[in-house]
Amino acid sequence: MSQKILITLIESEVAPRFDLATEVLISSLGEDGSIVENKTMVLAHESAEDLCQLILTEEVKVVICGGIEGEFFDYLTWKKVRVLDSVMGPWERALDRFRSGDLEAGAILYDRIERKSHVQ
Amino acid sequence: MNSVSFGQIEGLFDSSVKLPSIMDELSLGVVIMDLDRRILLLNRTFEVLSGFTREEVWGVPCRDVLRTNICQQKCPVIQAEESNAPVSIEGNIINRERQKIPVRLTAVPLSDVRGNVVGFLETVEDIRPLQQLNDSILQTDSFGQLIGRSSKMKDLFRLIPVVAQTDSSLLITGETGTGKDVLAEVIHKASDRAKGSFIKINCGALPETLLESELFGHKKGAFTGAVNDKMGRLRLAHNGTLYLTEIGDLPLTLQVKLLTFLDDKVVYPLGSTNGFQAEVRVIAATHRNLEQMVKEGLFRQDLLFRLNVVRLHLSPLRERGGDIDLLLNHFLKLFSARFGKRIQGFSQQVRQLLLNYAYPGNVRELRNIVEYASNICQTKLIGMEHLPAYLADVTTVNNEDEGPEAHAFLPISHEGLKKTSGMNWAAIERQLIVDTLVKVNGRRSKAAEILGWGRSTLWRKMKQYGLES
Repeated sequence: MSQKILITLIESEVAPRFDLATEVLISSLGEDGSIVENKTMVLAHESAEDLCQLILTEEVKVVICGGIEGEFFDYLTWKKVRVLDSVMGPWERALDRFRSGDLEAGAILYDRIERKSHVQ
Repeated sequence: MNSVSFGQIEGLFDSSVKLPSIMDELSLGVVIMDLDRRILLLNRTFEVLSGFTREEVWGVPCRDVLRTNICQQKCPVIQAEESNAPVSIEGNIINRERQKIPVRLTAVPLSDVRGNVVGFLETVEDIRPLQQLNDSILQTDSFGQLIGRSSKMKDLFRLIPVVAQTDSSLLITGETGTGKDVLAEVIHKASDRAKGSFIKINCGALPETLLESELFGHKKGAFTGAVNDKMGRLRLAHNGTLYLTEIGDLPLTLQVKLLTFLDDKVVYPLGSTNGFQAEVRVIAATHRNLEQMVKEGLFRQDLLFRLNVVRLHLSPLRERGGDIDLLLNHFLKLFSARFGKRIQGFSQQVRQLLLNYAYPGNVRELRNIVEYASNICQTKLIGMEHLPAYLADVTTVNNEDEGPEAHAFLPISHEGLKKTSGMNWAAIERQLIVDTLVKVNGRRSKAAEILGWGRSTLWRKMKQYGLES
């Protein structure tokens, strides 16, 4: 089933806060999960309300974001939008993981270098 | 990531101690991060606050874990790194449970034994209880030690949290005894600088040379008797608030030096060329009319402009409507408890007198009257005999909310004052109107201007005193 995914962005990563995002990626996926179109939008200002409105008018089915207030999470869920929140890391990796069906809320997608001396 | 340990402290105790076990005991959220601002360690309080565990977020950039509203614009850690000093900012976080929580963040650079910065420590304080307290304060008749329910005080209570959140210089004006010192301290306590020092200095209390040394400090040998280096009050107030009371009494030469400091925020102690960048908020207060002093060449206009960024005026008690009753009851309760008395109130006559008294010394005078009476009184009610003797021959004034400074700068000459002794306030005011009208040949607009009233106030008072022709 084709669907639209929205990811809140800060540079090349998922934005830590939904309400403070000023840039979003809207990715249109085809029936087979392939990327049909990636569209980046720069928002006029930070606003969780305006972002919710954009999500609904663009008929987005899934939102991938960092921290989001319960009020907006509940609203989007009520509007049948799936929200994967507390996702941390590069947005491309988040999108790939979503397309392969193993992205969950709270996923940490950063490469983490192990410490020199404190690893037991 | 479940195989990492989180550091040990060695050399402090007989055996090594795990760092997390110490940090977990703190009631403040603590985050330790490396030079790239990646999480190294969280304490238990922060884990509870954020919903993330130290094991899962180890190595993650702090902005993804803290998720504050200030991370993107003015990251406190970057500010702390640039200034190499602690930085404290208020903001909010969104935790894993999707709650927005107001917090106070304080970031500090961490240095190794050679003084090289190796990472950062950030404390995260949940300030919800404080905000709830502030909300409840706005519903009551007080803000800190300031008490009042008149419209003027309510307006002030609404302004305090706003003014407290800025770092702009603040000028507090008001007659003697209106509570300028109390207001300055309340603002400091309500600000981000509450954890820093509140340093007060009375510009009128010290001779000029001493005052300069007090404010800016001195180096050893800078002058005869300077046997040690001394940090000035400006430096002591770093990350806090410097309160300059009686700023109108500051000598002109020091006004220049203070102005220079306000411009570049660098303190140069006497005898030193090495400056210290002090992060200080300056609050000044005076009972004097600084604009008038500028005209007379006694106060620098540029310093007035620099201090007068935000101005708060404390109204005299006689203009504060029902506050006298509130304050009388408050101080009676306070002093009765302090002196172990069981005083229940004031007699009708005393209450009437105290409600109508002009209080030239404002709240301080009212407080002293009640303290005196509470000391003397051995009965359940404070009677006329318990009041200070000078109140036996009082001038009274109606406590209406009159125009600002309605009586503060009354143009009564010394002769006029002599003439008015023994008269009550109404008679003095009536005489004052007559005298002023005579002086300006009956021109009401000119008389109103001299008296500092609007024309309608003058008309109302003339009508009240039967002076209308």
